[in-house]
Amino acid sequence: MSTPLVRVAGVRKAFGHNEVLKGIDFTVESGQVVCLIGPSGSGKSTMLRCINHLETIDGGELTVDGAHVGYELRGNVLHEIKESEACRRRTEIGMVFQQFNLFPHMTVMENLIEAPTRVKKEKRSVAKARAMDLLRRVGLENKAEAYPRQLSGGQQQRVAIARALAMEPKLMLFDEPTSALDPELVGEVIQVMNDLARSGMTMIVVTHEMEFARAAADVVVFMADGWIVERGTPDELLNNPQNERTKAFLARVL
Amino acid sequence: MASQQSTDLKAVTSGYKVQPLRHPSRWVGAIVVLLLTLIAVNSMVTNPRFEWDVVAKYLFSTSILNGILNTINLTITSMVIGTVFGVLLAICRLSPNPIMSGAVGAYVWIFRATPTLVQLLFWYNLGALYPELGIGIPGGEMFFSMSANDVISPWTAALLGLSLHQAAYTAEIVRAGIVSVDSGQREAATALGMPPLMTLRRVILPQAMRAIIPPMGNEVISMMKTTSLVSIIAVPDLLNSAQTIYARTYQTIPLLIVATFWYLVLTAALTVLQGMLERRFGRGNTRTPSSSSSLIKWIQTRAGRNSTLTAVRTERKR
Repeated sequence: MSTPLVRVAGVRKAFGHNEVLKGIDFTVESGQVVCLIGPSGSGKSTMLRCINHLETIDGGELTVDGAHVGYELRGNVLHEIKESEACRRRTEIGMVFQQFNLFPHMTVMENLIEAPTRVKKEKRSVAKARAMDLLRRVGLENKAEAYPRQLSGGQQQRVAIARALAMEPKLMLFDEPTSALDPELVGEVIQVMNDLARSGMTMIVVTHEMEFARAAADVVVFMADGWIVERGTPDELLNNPQNERTKAFLARVL
Repeated sequence: MASQQSTDLKAVTSGYKVQPLRHPSRWVGAIVVLLLTLIAVNSMVTNPRFEWDVVAKYLFSTSILNGILNTINLTITSMVIGTVFGVLLAICRLSPNPIMSGAVGAYVWIFRATPTLVQLLFWYNLGALYPELGIGIPGGEMFFSMSANDVISPWTAALLGLSLHQAAYTAEIVRAGIVSVDSGQREAATALGMPPLMTLRRVILPQAMRAIIPPMGNEVISMMKTTSLVSIIAVPDLLNSAQTIYARTYQTIPLLIVATFWYLVLTAALTVLQGMLERRFGRGNTRTPSSSSSLIKWIQTRAGRNSTLTAVRTERKR
């Protein structure tokens, strides 16, 4: 059996005295789509941020593609990695934020080619060609020269997805990608994410969109208070939850 | 969308005469201001002690023009040194190393808490404190040394005093600018694999510029005027040149008017430059200041009944 792309084992994380992850275990196989759901404050976003090393874990083991996040295993010792190595590893993981976080002083095209040309030292022409492809994929090929502020929230989030994909990551993380959107704009972002899931991209998605979880997820994980309460296929977890907390949560959001 | 809005406006006003709100108090205020201006101008023209002929004689004299060049030179040089050093200080200030940020904090405190004039005098008199300046082992042999009075000319003393002082202010302005950028921007850049310095240069600083440029513009203007302090340590700047002349001719007021005139011209030029820079760094921000001035808009809206609506319409379109 091949090693999972992401392996989370007994992961703990505390901010001061507030323990937000109390021992999380799950794995993500290459090509899988895993949805993390749960009430706010349950630690879903923190878990996601640990995976691409925006946060450091305090305990347990977290590996991406066999490598310990933030460390290098030599002999029996985990050596903290240098900033340059941390950056190189992050290029392999794309992340989409709730607030889009596009660079407002750059056009859509500049947003898309910034990291490929400067971090991966790609040729401008190559980066631009791929950026145009990606903009076509998210349906925004005519917005290449627009500034983020001139776009709707849904369009901005589609650009943000394209920007993450421009680095050709092997894993995509989505942190509540539709939570900051007006309700009528959620659909266009979900559609892009559905397409991406069908194309075989490995995705970990923190979301409140149960319809997306139902349609695209291989595994749905329900978290509360820093623990995984329940997990299963969308059908098992969303239609036939076993735990009382899961039932109560789903009753509120479905 | 804009066209739809203007048709809406037409629909609202169709068939009716529009009476804009009158503002009689504004007219009263304008008349009072104009009267006061007239009185001031009248006294300037009729009072012979202004000696406008002397002003005219010295306005473009060689020593005054040289003084202007020195003032400009000093402003630019100390501003450039002060800005570069200040940006470095700001970055160190935000460093996770507490000794580094603490040292910068102390520097900023010392250089902001002492008057520029005192600092200028200190640098000018450095020779009294360290008669010899050189390179060597601390407490040991000197490889190379010079008399401090040779190294610290009035010009170097002026440059040191002004730029080190400016660096402290710049550091605070840049730090505030960096902090004002949303933390999500740094996260997004980090998630794309951009290293910290690249993130700072490509993502954070360009956005911080919007918060940095307006106060820095003010700093340049203020620096241009602060350079007049160096006249006290015998640097031949604009004020010092004027002083040198009136010390000889006793025509104090006309020569101070000459200096004032040129300071006004320089400040006006810098203000225009500041506006251009602010527009340049407002890219991607829809709330950039519009080009037409408030006076022009005010006159436009007074000019006729219909133009009120035109003005509103163009504003909406923008």
